[in-house]
Parts: sequence; structure tokens; C-alpha cells
Amino acid sequence: MNINIDKIRSDFPILGEMIYGKPLVYLDNAATTHKPQVVIDALADVYQKYNSNIHRGVHYLSNVCTQAHEDARRKVQDFIKAQHTHEVIFTRGTTEAINLVANSFSDTFLKAGDEILVTQMEHHSNIVPWQLLEKRKGIVVKYIPINEAGELILNKLDELITEKTKLVTVAHISNALGTINPIKHIIDTAHNHGIPVLVDGAQAVQHTPVDVQALDCDFYVFSGHKLYGPTGIGVLYGKEKWLDKMEPYQGGGEMIHTVSFEGTTFNELPFKFEAGTPDFSGSIGLGAAIDYVNNIGLDKIAAYEQELLDYATEGLATIPNCRFFGTAQHKTSVISFLIGEIHPFDIGTMLDKMGIAVRTGHHCAQPLMQFYNIPGTIRASFAIYNTKEEIDKLVDGTKRIAQLFG
Amino acid sequence: MTINEIQEEIIEEFSAFDEWMDKYAYLIEIGNDLEGFKDDWRLEQNLIEGCQSKVWVHAELDGDKIIYSADSDAIITKGIIALLIRVLSGRTPDEILNADLNFVEAIGLKDHLSPTRSNGLLAMMKQMRLYAVAFKAKLG
Repeated sequence: MNINIDKIRSDFPILGEMIYGKPLVYLDNAATTHKPQVVIDALADVYQKYNSNIHRGVHYLSNVCTQAHEDARRKVQDFIKAQHTHEVIFTRGTTEAINLVANSFSDTFLKAGDEILVTQMEHHSNIVPWQLLEKRKGIVVKYIPINEAGELILNKLDELITEKTKLVTVAHISNALGTINPIKHIIDTAHNHGIPVLVDGAQAVQHTPVDVQALDCDFYVFSGHKLYGPTGIGVLYGKEKWLDKMEPYQGGGEMIHTVSFEGTTFNELPFKFEAGTPDFSGSIGLGAAIDYVNNIGLDKIAAYEQELLDYATEGLATIPNCRFFGTAQHKTSVISFLIGEIHPFDIGTMLDKMGIAVRTGHHCAQPLMQFYNIPGTIRASFAIYNTKEEIDKLVDGTKRIAQLFG
Repeated sequence: MTINEIQEEIIEEFSAFDEWMDKYAYLIEIGNDLEGFKDDWRLEQNLIEGCQSKVWVHAELDGDKIIYSADSDAIITKGIIALLIRVLSGRTPDEILNADLNFVEAIGLKDHLSPTRSNGLLAMMKQMRLYAVAFKAKLG
């Protein structure tokens, strides 16, 4: 089960960069991951060898490019084990995918007074699109609470679900805490009440195998750039039965069947939701990233990252007054912490000077920070190319900084 | 001392630090020592909300001079604030508006004033200038 970490690190050119004259220690992977050479090459290949607008050209390059874009869609389908290729919609990222559902699902299925259940640990991108519906359509947003450990209080789920509940939307893995939510249980519970479920997989697909059919989720969304792929490309998986009935999100080329001034008929799935020229270099790059991850194997990745998480947790715990936020029984690849009352910005600023990149602040999860009554945390998040030596640097660096504060 | 003389003094002080760590230790020290911000001033209208750290700024006139007081929840930010106050507080609006603040760059802290830092310092400096403009108008 061992992975060849030296080989993996050599796949990522950016890891050779020096920061303030020190080797880069990149522990901000929950924000975005770096790209292996194969992804960078795939992007360069598009522009150097077969760049052409897709789906509408009769010429050779257009066909090659279209083929590559649609191959990427099939790679995504296999990656998340979707039943149909046309259930994979390319978006700009997780945020756009959630906004697409918030708009198109609500247009078709929601009316004033209907309720949507989200959780207290969501990223703003899985809160704000639903709050906009509160204003625009009179939808009511309710929140599943969490406990001190950062786990959902699931016995509240049955209390919160009412006959007005029309959608449950939940992070697979928390970006700020690393908690792995029991989404299968949540999906089954919601389905018992006939309620569909959207899963925000932005922090999950790079760490754990996902099977949308086994989960039976109705929507699953994620971003390419956190999965070693390019920025600007993401995925909305939706069950055909929902996508078919949902209204288009944006209008434009590609998504139409016929257009006249009297009216327009829409293209079939997945194109109905992909108005305008798609980001085909992004999709092709994402396909290359999926190949890369598959070649290593997500099971191996998960096991290795668990080792890193345990090692980092033990190391940071040796620092006096270290406080962890997110101590769920099931968690992955993310450690949020504070040292005593030292402001996270102060520690992050000084770690940066040591060449160590972490995230500080509220991690776009302000309701969660309000729950813990803190301004933010320091977040170290791991990827397949991180090492225990890097974690040693994080722990030693944090210790040195803490000593300055006395 | 003029604004420029104080800037020179600060640059001189910082030239003693070979290691960045010593420089930050000093910022932490002067940040911790910065006092004088009254709780009454901790108001929404005085708050500059950075994404990372918060800064509060208060200004009042003492004769024809502006007295600045400021605070932050992050100590490094507060240390830089202490330096800005040392340079600008107790000056006339004209002195403040004509000041060329080169010391921040000279002591190697320029990146703290970049818009991407989102620590509130850049907005705080703008706010200090705005106070100077307002008090200049008031003084006539």
C-alpha cells in the first residue's frame, strides 16, 4: 500500500520553488491543490495541438477537441460512478454548480414557504445561494446544528425535516474542520421522507472514493482545482430524473435546440445546462487530473493522508495551549487550530516567513466560527505530495512563534 | 522631530535586525505596548474590517494637531499600527497629507500594506488621510 512519495513530489514542478529562500511547504491544499506535470501538459497540448471550438465545427481540429472534452466527461462519470454520462454537467466550479441547482431546482420545484436544510458547518458557497432564495422566493433555510467536536447532531435531523422540506444540502467533508459527514445516513433519512439531497464534495473527491449511485445522492458537486486539476472547471452530477425536469440555468449558445423570435427549445442533457463555449481546456485538464489520481489510487491516497493527519495532530498537540477545532471521530486531511489566544493572522504571517503556507481566518465558514466564538483558525490541510518532514517544519515553526508570544 | 526624521529613526532601529524573526519579535513587543485606545472608541464606525484582522482607528484634534489612536486584534498588525502612530500622530493635517511614508518599505514590511494582505492596514492608512482631510477643512 506504500506510495512513492519522491516520485509523486517530482510530478509537481511547483514543489521545487523557494519561498523567501526556503523550500516551499504547502499546507493550504483545502484552498487549492498544485498541478502535476501531466495536467499542465494536457492544458498546453490543447492550445498547442488541437484548440478549436467544440460541438459545432465540421473540421478536423474541432472534432479532436470535442472528442477530448467528451472523453473527459466520461472520465468524470467513471470517477464518481454516475449511471449516465449526460448526468455530468461541467460548471466553473463547486460554487457555480450549487448556484445552478439553487436556481434551476428552485424554479421548477420550490415555492414560498418551502424549506431547505443546510448544516452549521457549511462553506459560504453552500449557504449564500440558499439565502438568496429566502429573499427572492420566500424559501426558508434551516440549519442542522453541530456539537463541540464539529460533528452534525443527527438526531436533530428528524426534528428539522417537515412536510415543507424540499431539499437537504450538506458538505461531504467540512473545509474548515475536516469532519467526514455521514452522508449515506443523511441521504437515506431524507429519502425516507421523499426529499432529495445535494452533497458538496469539494473537499471529498480528492481524499476518498465517491460512488454517487451507491450513495444514491441526487446531486453531487465538486471543483477541479482542489483535485489537482485546473481552476475554472467543476462538476455538477445530478440524477437524470431531476436534471430533465429542471429549467436551464443560463441561456446562450450550445444549450439550445432551435431558436426563433417566437420561442426557443432547449438542447438535451448535459448541454441544456452548459450555455456558451464550455471550458474545454479545463475539462480536458480535469480528465488528466482524474487519470493521475486513479493511477495512484484513492485508497492509497486516503491511507497516506490519514497517516499525515495523525502525525500532524500528535505533533501540534505537543505545543502548549494548542486548541483543535474539529475533533470528529471521522475526519480527514484538515487540521484547524489555535495556540492560546494568539491571533491566527499573527501565526500565519510568521509561518509564511518560514516558507510554510497555511490558511488563516474564517475559511468562508463564518457561522462555524461564530459557533466556536473565535475570529478564525490556522488551518493546515494536506495533499498526496505532503511529507512528515513538512509537518515537522509546521510544528517546529509554530512552536518558535508561540515562544515569541511568551 | 519631523516626520522624515522619525522615519529615519525607525529605519535605523530596524537595521539592527539581521533576522526577520527578530524584526517580528520587535513588532510583537511594540504591538503589546501600544496603549491608549479607549473602549468607548471601539465602535462600528471606527472599525476597519479586514478579512484577516480587525483594525479600529480614532482621531481627534488637539489644537491644530491630529492625535490618532488605533488598535487591532492581531499583534503584528498592532505593531505596525504603533509605528504609523509614532510617525503621524501629533502632526498637523498638512504635515500628514504631505508625508511620504517610505519607512514601511524601507524596513521590509511593504507586503503588509498590499491589498491582498487584507489585514486592514492599507484601509487604515487611507482612513488616517481622510481624517487629515476632514480636520484640515474644519480648521479652515
